[in-house]
Amino acid sequence: MLDPDRGLSLTIARVVQRLQGSSLHSQLERQARVSLHKPEIKLESLKEDIKDFLKTSGWEKKLQNAVYSELNVFPSPCHPAAPPEHIKEPLAYMRKAQGSWEKRILKSLNSMCTELNIPLAQKRPANEQKELLNKWNEMGTDEPDLSLFRPVYAPKDFLEVLMNLRNPNYENGEQPSFRNHLGLIQVPLKVKDIPELKENFSELGLNIGQLGIDDSAQVPPEFFENEHVCVGQKVLAEQDSAAAQQYVRQGCPTALRADLWALILNISNQPEDILYYEQLKSNVIQHNLLVDSLIYKDVKLTASNDDYYFVFEDYLYQVLLCFSRDTSVLEHFTYSSANPPKSYIQGKLGMEEYAVFYPPNGVIPFHGFSMYVAPLCFLYHEPSKLYQIFREMYVRFFFRLHSISSHPSGIVSLCLLFETLLQTHLPQLFYHLREIGAQPLRISFKWMVRAFSGYLATDQLLLLWDRILGYNSLEILAVLAAAVFAFRAVNLMEVTSLAAAEAVLADLSTLKVMPLLQIFLFATVT
Amino acid sequence: FRIMAGKVKWVTDIEKSVLINNFEKRGWIQVAENEDWNFYWMSVQTIRNVFSVETGYRLSDDQIVNHFPNHYELTRKDLMVKNIKRYRKELEKEGSPLAEKDENGKYIYLDFVPVTFMLPADYNLFVEEFRKNPSSTWIMKPCGKAQGKGIFLINKLSQIKKWSRDSKTSSFVSQSSKEAYVISLYINNPLLIGGKKFDLRLYVLVSTYRPLRCYMYKLGFCRFCTVKYTPSTSELDNMFVHLTNVAIQKHGDDYNHIHGGKWTVSNLRLYLESTRGKEVTNKLFDEIHWIIVQSLKAVAPVMNNDKHCFECYGYDIIIDDKLKPWLIEVNASPSLTSSTANDRILKYNLINDTLNIAVPNGEIPDCKWNKSPPKEVLGNYEVLYDEEMAQSDGTDRDLRGRPGQPMGVKGSRTRDSGKPVLTTWK
Repeated sequence: MLDPDRGLSLTIARVVQRLQGSSLHSQLERQARVSLHKPEIKLESLKEDIKDFLKTSGWEKKLQNAVYSELNVFPSPCHPAAPPEHIKEPLAYMRKAQGSWEKRILKSLNSMCTELNIPLAQKRPANEQKELLNKWNEMGTDEPDLSLFRPVYAPKDFLEVLMNLRNPNYENGEQPSFRNHLGLIQVPLKVKDIPELKENFSELGLNIGQLGIDDSAQVPPEFFENEHVCVGQKVLAEQDSAAAQQYVRQGCPTALRADLWALILNISNQPEDILYYEQLKSNVIQHNLLVDSLIYKDVKLTASNDDYYFVFEDYLYQVLLCFSRDTSVLEHFTYSSANPPKSYIQGKLGMEEYAVFYPPNGVIPFHGFSMYVAPLCFLYHEPSKLYQIFREMYVRFFFRLHSISSHPSGIVSLCLLFETLLQTHLPQLFYHLREIGAQPLRISFKWMVRAFSGYLATDQLLLLWDRILGYNSLEILAVLAAAVFAFRAVNLMEVTSLAAAEAVLADLSTLKVMPLLQIFLFATVT
Repeated sequence: FRIMAGKVKWVTDIEKSVLINNFEKRGWIQVAENEDWNFYWMSVQTIRNVFSVETGYRLSDDQIVNHFPNHYELTRKDLMVKNIKRYRKELEKEGSPLAEKDENGKYIYLDFVPVTFMLPADYNLFVEEFRKNPSSTWIMKPCGKAQGKGIFLINKLSQIKKWSRDSKTSSFVSQSSKEAYVISLYINNPLLIGGKKFDLRLYVLVSTYRPLRCYMYKLGFCRFCTVKYTPSTSELDNMFVHLTNVAIQKHGDDYNHIHGGKWTVSNLRLYLESTRGKEVTNKLFDEIHWIIVQSLKAVAPVMNNDKHCFECYGYDIIIDDKLKPWLIEVNASPSLTSSTANDRILKYNLINDTLNIAVPNGEIPDCKWNKSPPKEVLGNYEVLYDEEMAQSDGTDRDLRGRPGQPMGVKGSRTRDSGKPVLTTWK
């Protein structure tokens, strides 16, 4: 086991390395230099005085937020001798499975490309560039012929892969015994049980105020809501990321949510960020990528038909087309089990000098991908800010929902957590559904992969995502999925087919997530 | 003696399933118009006949109809404007604080209808106003039509030469009300969401005008234009950009039959609270309620408050980018056609809740009843304004509770199961 001091100094070294050369670093240097002109800075106590100045002017807080952000996003190093792929994914069989999955996706993409005789990337002729620039704010009105494109994969394809994951070191006896896990996921990962979840999500407890419960029409606002809003305003005034993260565990007031999320994600929409977004936009104008058509198709199939999100169709193109071209997203592959797909310049297959990442951000969108962006449109109407928030949400959370890893917030763990919770606490229901050929995960998988976007009403979804940010974990998705099954247990016990079970769970739009979660975690007899 | 028991007998001349299903589910019996009926859901043409002087139709105590005889005082564009202007002048004459004006001579609390003139009657007044802002756009609407028919935009005087009274080229002889138009200042800075223009459709039920008792349906909706809004003059002719009527949008290329380009009012509220803040959102919704009540108060004195009548209006409201709501028009016969599945459910429930209030207990009505239904039957309606209740409170509330004043006016939360309702102002 790694000695804690060693671990700490490694972490510090990594954070310093990442922040060095960042724009925050140069801003701090500039501020320090400017402060030299101030009367309170004295030569004898230069270091202390500058430190004090940075503190009072709020710059120390900004640095704190940046460090906090780094700590949240990057995992702590397990051992100084651990090779980089262990940071991505410590278990070899998981890495291998992810690699095969990636090969399959890329093959599918390449064959679509060959079949349709469309290049992966192409420079746009000048008149097309001009037209796109004019139509930038209304790409939704375009009617490109998308009939020949198909999504590269859908969540259910991915589920099949996960079902077949096996740990080669683990004896999978032919005889299923009562000890065996009866669900679809057959790998031994450690997941939390209810006592551990109760401790982890202690702020969701019965005697603690929650938005989503204690702000309903029947509860006078003096009991909780007013005070909570005041605290939220204070947190924003202090501009403290860590405090914000703690605060949102009890939910965000709608008027404060946009700012609180930005604070937690450390997004400040500086001029250079806006410039960066504009640059991405010009990349979109100049070059046409095959994945663009996949994005169009996905938006048209999902968000455009959604009662809540159809309004924001154009914003979705503006975000996703830029996202595909954003090479800064490649950074997240250092801690993701996935690797960006590589493509080779025509005729130079296998020659590393001619390899490029495709798409430039290394992320191939799948069916439903645009639903990660859609809910954010309710909070941010300025494209570059919306873009940055989405990008940060993706590299912190969403990427884990479609890659194979052993991480506790990875989709494999979430599936196993869901199945275990159900099997342990609703064994009769679980067994019944299994008997009728309706494995619960088959129904709940799509909810979790999409982080429930498009399944819950937007206000409820935002309350759920508050907690994802607050706890810096996706485990709540699995808990909610189990809670939904628990809620509909009576009806589910009466169904006799997978189709009927799907029908019972088809419409989640009237569910209130916080009461469901609270009851499941804290009010169910275990 | 006669036992008044038995099922309600209904007639309608509007063949819509949302209506008929509601009658049938109550076990009511369909009859023909010439038979004894208790409840007649009629089109606006029919109401004209029923109450016209010639027919001398007398409704008996157990008969109810769904329109007021002279609803057009509110629902015809020119008369609505006329009545509101009259109302404002009256308040001004009495020295009411509601009629207060700002330094530019605009009403502070009662400026909620875009500047409007009747054509051809006010043509010269219109020209004077037009010349003050020659680059503005105006919208021409025929007084007697609905569903966006006959509407067009102009930004040059030459485009409405026909309505000039001095015009020698005018072959326009008939001054019958059918040919009359209103011309209003076009709101060219509408609030855009996702870059799209929208308007609000809200349903308001009036059970009596004197005393005024009205209810607002909590489940109103926003109607979005499918084409991106652009104030550019080249798109003035493109009605898909400018008009939000579903009847028009339905024929656009991008019309979607799943959501029908509609958003619930609660989505709007969530969006505005998240992006603009809670106070301004509450203020907006308070103002919307305010302008509805003021419009009803404006026509109440001239309305024939026949006790056999109730009416469910469709209010069309546009919000500008300063979050100010504008009353565009009021419909006496809001469309009962459903463009999507959600729509059908909404309209079915709307009629259901309306009937529960207008025809208490689903029994044979007695038009002499006090028109005060118990709270439990309101369904998705909430009390918007109850003059009797407001008066019985005793204190003079005219001064308090104007929009923007925090006292006693709380925005209603349409998302939750009905927080107790707004109006404490008169």
